[in-house]
Amino acid sequence: MEKLLDVENVSISFIQYTQGLNQRDLKVITDLTLDISEGEILAVLGSSGSGKSLLAHAIFGILPENARQNGKIKYNGKELSQKDKEEIRGKDIVLVPQSVNFLDPLMKISDQAIGHTENDEEKKAKKAKQREIFEHYNLGPEVDDMYPFQLSGGMARRVLVSTALLSDPKLVVADEPTPGLDQKTVEETLNHFKHMKEDGIGVLLITHDIHAALEVADRIGIFYSGYVIEIALKEDFSGEGENLLHPYTKALYKALPANGFELTKGHQPLHGEIPKGCPYYDRCEMKFGRCKDERPELIDLGNKKVRCFKYEGGIEDGT
Amino acid sequence: MLKNEKLLKFLGKKIVRFIILLIFVIILSFLLIDMSPINPVKTYIANLGVVSPEKIAILESYWGVNEPITTKLINWLANILHGDFGTSLIFRAPVLDVIKERFTASLVLMLTSWLFSGVLGFILGVVAGFKKDTVVDKAIKVYCYILQSAPTFWIALLFLMVFSVYLGWFPTGLGVPVGTLSENVSFWDWLHRLILPMITLSVVGIASITLFTRDKLIEVMNSDYFLFAKARGESGWNLIIRHGIRNILLPAITLQFLGFSELFGGAVLVEQIFTYPGIGQAAVSAGLKSDVPLLLGIVIFSAIFVYCGNLIADVLYNFVDPRIKEGEENE
Ligand SMILES: Nc1ncnc2c1ncn2[C@@H]1O[C@H](COP(=O)(O)OP(=O)(O)OP(=O)(O)O)[C@@H](O)[C@H]1O
Ligand code: SF4
Ligand SMILES: [Mg+2]
Repeated sequence: MEKLLDVENVSISFIQYTQGLNQRDLKVITDLTLDISEGEILAVLGSSGSGKSLLAHAIFGILPENARQNGKIKYNGKELSQKDKEEIRGKDIVLVPQSVNFLDPLMKISDQAIGHTENDEEKKAKKAKQREIFEHYNLGPEVDDMYPFQLSGGMARRVLVSTALLSDPKLVVADEPTPGLDQKTVEETLNHFKHMKEDGIGVLLITHDIHAALEVADRIGIFYSGYVIEIALKEDFSGEGENLLHPYTKALYKALPANGFELTKGHQPLHGEIPKGCPYYDRCEMKFGRCKDERPELIDLGNKKVRCFKYEGGIEDGT
Repeated sequence: MLKNEKLLKFLGKKIVRFIILLIFVIILSFLLIDMSPINPVKTYIANLGVVSPEKIAILESYWGVNEPITTKLINWLANILHGDFGTSLIFRAPVLDVIKERFTASLVLMLTSWLFSGVLGFILGVVAGFKKDTVVDKAIKVYCYILQSAPTFWIALLFLMVFSVYLGWFPTGLGVPVGTLSENVSFWDWLHRLILPMITLSVVGIASITLFTRDKLIEVMNSDYFLFAKARGESGWNLIIRHGIRNILLPAITLQFLGFSELFGGAVLVEQIFTYPGIGQAAVSAGLKSDVPLLLGIVIFSAIFVYCGNLIADVLYNFVDPRIKEGEENE
């Protein structure tokens, strides 16, 4: 399997004005590293407001003006400049946005999906393709002439997913595709991603729904206070969670209803109040001396990664 | 179907409301003039010199002199309903004829500058928004701020001095004296006289529409759907035209219709300075020379004009947007 996307040490911060003209950087994402290969689904799991959408927007080069990004985003091994991103977005890499608000309220669905065309011929060809894919996703011809506000939640989801597939993408970035949907539609949406995976497409599934992540993902990246604290295999989320590495991931697993709903005390530090050392320090049950003032790096353990001093010498060392 | 019914109902309601408003405006202006020291009959006589007793009798019965104010008012309202607005003192012609001619001249002035400022302002606004924070944007913004803070009459005088007095490109005023119907003015003469007031009025009107368009476009450019269009690979002017202009055109047109009252106010000043024979100038002369019937007539027609602008803006705002249109059908 070829590597498609590498996100290396990406940080995103906002310039924030405090009293008067003093400004400071508010870091929302710190030192984020992950990778996706062809035919793989990587889920990124983070709570609301943790910067998940920003990650997606960074990949497409559509961050807000006041945002600052560091680190590298590579596609097929090549670092992407803003210009490269503008070149490949909507072609090789496509976005399935978070909500129907990402559709132009005044433009008919079909026209938006097709996008700008140079001539009638191109338009016809694209239209035919759009119809075919929409049909495949159970969207009848009447949908083409609808405006976004006329779509039901499930329909909107399918429109967003099928719009993404119009350009035969290699990589799909799906931002929060499941909230607000009934169980059946969630199931259906997740199936779409499974089919994409079968077609060899890499999928970055951004979500705060651990069930959705566990259902389809091959690997799961866990966000904590803007840090990726672990990238675990799906299989690790089984049994007692003994194969999970980071204490936060273990706690998350134990909090699942099937595993006894065991909640950990405390809350995720917000952006701007993250401790100097390990972001999980305040809640960690295994913490030791150096965790307080020193920040652990993301340790690469082959197909897994973890950000915890315990694993500096490898997995055996930690457990 | 449903939509047309709704529109009719909406229009009906608006028109009824307008008629009530108009009646209030009429009564109020009538009362104000009645309380003022102006006496239409006496002014008329003073203006004409010798007047036959029969004529005075006709005038007195038209205005209902010596009768209580309510009778006077009802009398006058009844006359208006019959299309009899009386006779203008200074033009010596039926008020309706004067208004028709003057209003036509003003409408040409106002509508050309309205269109001109609307189109130009919109284009400038789009360019400024699209090129946000560049030199072009800053230049356009500074230009708008200056125009916004400069009084209309000052700009008009400046134009008059530069283009008519120094450069001599345009006449400084209309040769036809006030109080004469200008039937004999040729089309070219008239066009020649139209240009400078028209440009002045356009320039004055441009700032608000430009700044509005710019802000709206920037708002749209930061919207989720604009981001997503970018993420789908759309870019440059195509993106602006497809998703930007589509979403700001309607609000911009609506704003431009709402600007009818300012347009009218601007026209009054500009017509005065360029002695352009329009309704604004007539209004000022009528006021200065106590031409009561003409003044009342102008009040009524300018109210109708401004109200039409608001009405069109309302209809645009409420019925052209597909979200509302289709939404009603689905109800
Ligand atoms: N333009 C901006 N200026 C300042 N802060 C911003 C801006 N955009 C986002 N943020 C901050 O970045 C954080 C992350 O935003 P983001 O939309 O990525 O969250 P998310 O994880 O996608 O949340 P959700 O689950 O609600 O979609 C938010 O807490 C927000 O305060
Ligand atoms: S680095 Fe220390 S505090 Fe952080 S998770 Fe590991 S053991 Fe706990
Ligand atoms: Mg989000």
